[in-house]
Amino acid sequence: MTNGEILNDTLELISFRIGEQEFCLDIMAVREIRGWTPATPLPHSPPFVSGVINLRGAVLPILDLKARLGLGVAETSARSVIIVAHIGKRLVGLLVDGVSEILAAERSAIQQTPNVGCDTVSRFVRGIVAMEGRMISWIELDDILPEQENAEAA
Amino acid sequence: MDPMDAIKQTYFQECDELLASLEEGLLALEAGEGDADTINAVFRAVHSVKGGAGAFGFEAMVEFAHVFETTLDLMRSGKLDPDPDSLKVMLRASDVLADHVQAAKGEGVVNEARARAMAAELEALASGEAPKAPAVEEAPAPAKDEWGFTPLQFDFGQLDSAPSSGWRLTIRPTKTMYANGHDALLFLRELSRLADIEVTLDDSALPSSDAYDPETPYLNWTVSLPDTVEEIAIRDVFDFVGDDCPIELVRLESPPPPPVSAEPAIAAPALAVEAPAVESSQGEEKGADKGAGAAKGATVASGGATIRVDLERVDRLIDLVGELVINQAMLAQRVAESGAARSSTIAMGLDELEQLTREIQDSVMAIRAQPVKSVFQRMPRLVREIAGTTGKQVRLVMEGEATEVDKTVIERLSDPITHMLRNAIDHGLESPEDRVAAGKPEEGTVRLAALHRSGRIVIEVSDDGKGINRPRVREIAVNKGLISSDAVLTDDEVDNLIFLPGFSTAATVSNISGRGVGMDVVKRSIQALGGRIVISSVPGKGSTFTLSLPLTLAVLDGMVISAGDQTLVAPLTAIVETLRPRPEDVRPLGPSSAVLAVRGAHVPLIDIGVALGLRNKPVDPTTGVILLVESEGGGRAALVADEIQGQRQVVIKSLEANYQRVDGVAAATILGDGRVALILDVEAVVEKRLHERHAPLAKAS
Repeated sequence: MTNGEILNDTLELISFRIGEQEFCLDIMAVREIRGWTPATPLPHSPPFVSGVINLRGAVLPILDLKARLGLGVAETSARSVIIVAHIGKRLVGLLVDGVSEILAAERSAIQQTPNVGCDTVSRFVRGIVAMEGRMISWIELDDILPEQENAEAA
Repeated sequence: MDPMDAIKQTYFQECDELLASLEEGLLALEAGEGDADTINAVFRAVHSVKGGAGAFGFEAMVEFAHVFETTLDLMRSGKLDPDPDSLKVMLRASDVLADHVQAAKGEGVVNEARARAMAAELEALASGEAPKAPAVEEAPAPAKDEWGFTPLQFDFGQLDSAPSSGWRLTIRPTKTMYANGHDALLFLRELSRLADIEVTLDDSALPSSDAYDPETPYLNWTVSLPDTVEEIAIRDVFDFVGDDCPIELVRLESPPPPPVSAEPAIAAPALAVEAPAVESSQGEEKGADKGAGAAKGATVASGGATIRVDLERVDRLIDLVGELVINQAMLAQRVAESGAARSSTIAMGLDELEQLTREIQDSVMAIRAQPVKSVFQRMPRLVREIAGTTGKQVRLVMEGEATEVDKTVIERLSDPITHMLRNAIDHGLESPEDRVAAGKPEEGTVRLAALHRSGRIVIEVSDDGKGINRPRVREIAVNKGLISSDAVLTDDEVDNLIFLPGFSTAATVSNISGRGVGMDVVKRSIQALGGRIVISSVPGKGSTFTLSLPLTLAVLDGMVISAGDQTLVAPLTAIVETLRPRPEDVRPLGPSSAVLAVRGAHVPLIDIGVALGLRNKPVDPTTGVILLVESEGGGRAALVADEIQGQRQVVIKSLEANYQRVDGVAAATILGDGRVALILDVEAVVEKRLHERHAPLAKAS
């Protein structure tokens, strides 16, 4: 999230797992992390929209990040985690397998997303953080809501 | 926000209120209900608008307001009769002034020619009485000349040529002025910035020390200013204290004595009491502000003190109370699940909590409730304009302006009312000639009324025109293929045809109601708010449109149902009846659809679970429950749900805030178990199913 980036060289990122892969988000975009609660499915919505839950009185849409990234549909369990993040003025819940840690990465250490000829990768991966032999994809949230949404949110 | 912008916003808010009271006052005068106070209020409204406009440099507005004010001043001093003709001019002038305010807000443009013509008309009105115009007007004239207009021609040149060598200003502070934290020293300092001044202290009123009251001001000052200083600049220094610090401003060596003698009337409080009508602009400056405040208070709640609160804060409060209601419901459910007896102290405590929560909710909703007046007051102007364009004579009668309804509803009432009024005048009322021929008065009457009826607000728009021309409506509907030519329709059904999309009865498309949107749009927007609209018409006597709306859009009475594995809420307003069908009433029709026989009629069956994509196959209707709903255009459909869980008031939560609109879903709510339940958009569900004729019923979403 651009509004979360302070003009310094170090980024704070929250890393999380989806299947075998590791991803991260700018910590400034994250509002809270909570456990899984069953979502109310929404009619006529894309498969990666799991539904809506009650976040202290607000209706929060839950996006299955695994499905959104084309990695298959997430199987929810008691260990699944919802990362509540800002996208513009909206709040969305991102369903992931588990949150790992908070990372500090030098901005200069972030590598450009390699071109793997995959549309979802180029669309949702903002860059790559290489650290201690791990590769963590930095997720771009701006495009993550369903299509028609982006026109409005812009 | 820039502080200046904030002040400007406040000014615009005040302007809206002032314009409303201006129009209200003029209408009262026109109806013959006004008195001297009304005229004063009207004058003050224009004056205050002008005052602020001057401060922000909206020169065109100042210029116009000044002309308007001059004319009103004549009326105020009894030099101009408030007869219907002059009031009509003034009403139109108030429209132009409103245009100026809009333009200043950056939300419109002023039709220059119209404004100029209006100003000329006002001047003509004023000068018609000019010979009798009092000297009071003379003194302000030269100062106002700087704005580039000629308020009264006769005194203008005379004063300009008058030799003068300066101003003598007497300042008499009052106790209130000091009590309000003003200081005479500041005025003197301010005046000294205008020019070199000479100040004389008048301590003649100072008593001996034993009679001295520390809180009574005894000192007066007399200030001499050169005549290079504009009068308005001097008066502006005292703009903020007004009556609290009467001043006496005299132009020295000014030959005509009238201004001199008239002016003191402004200042000395004693004189002002004796001759309130001769109060001149300075005294008025303050009076105007007070008047605006008082008028506001009086309209909102007679006598009670009011405060202005940021709407966001109220909305936040309402959200929080909504959460409280949900929380309380959750708590109650938990306690019930825990098996506590109803007589246990905890259950009784919860009952009390429930009552309190309900009361809090009601009170909070009452805060947001507003009289429909804010919408109604825009209508007289609209009616005047439409009447002008159509060449019809219209009298608008408004009733129940004080009827209160939630702000969210008010905001959305304006368009439907506007449209219905347009329709009533354009299509309902006959031309004056036709009216006379029909034995009716030339002037048509349109009535706009608001009232509360069984927990809903009802808005009625009726006219005494020709009524709905049923043969013509029928003919159009047939021509447009909306009905078949041999359809047998009752009068009511014919009347309701005008709500069908694509229907317009005007033979020629006028620019008033024929804007490409018809009554179907009105109906749709009303229904989107959970409202209904009905029409009744008597040929030759007129038509009445009645629309009813829920009092709030924050809560809704719903029926909690289940379909698939989901719990859903259906708005009660949409449901005509619920029933459990007998097997013989369900008849298959076509490959995959079925109809239900209800008292002789056959209505299509729609499985809610399938319609929302919650399951692939419809349940057997006989095992479920039928919600008989009425759709747009009066058509009925039978929605099949698995079961009805109960009826309850739910707090409406927007899906769009964090997500987007979802087809078939009006909004969401949070149930007692803390889960989100979707509120059905019954119209959309029915429309969608009935218009997807080619799609198989069992289509998976």
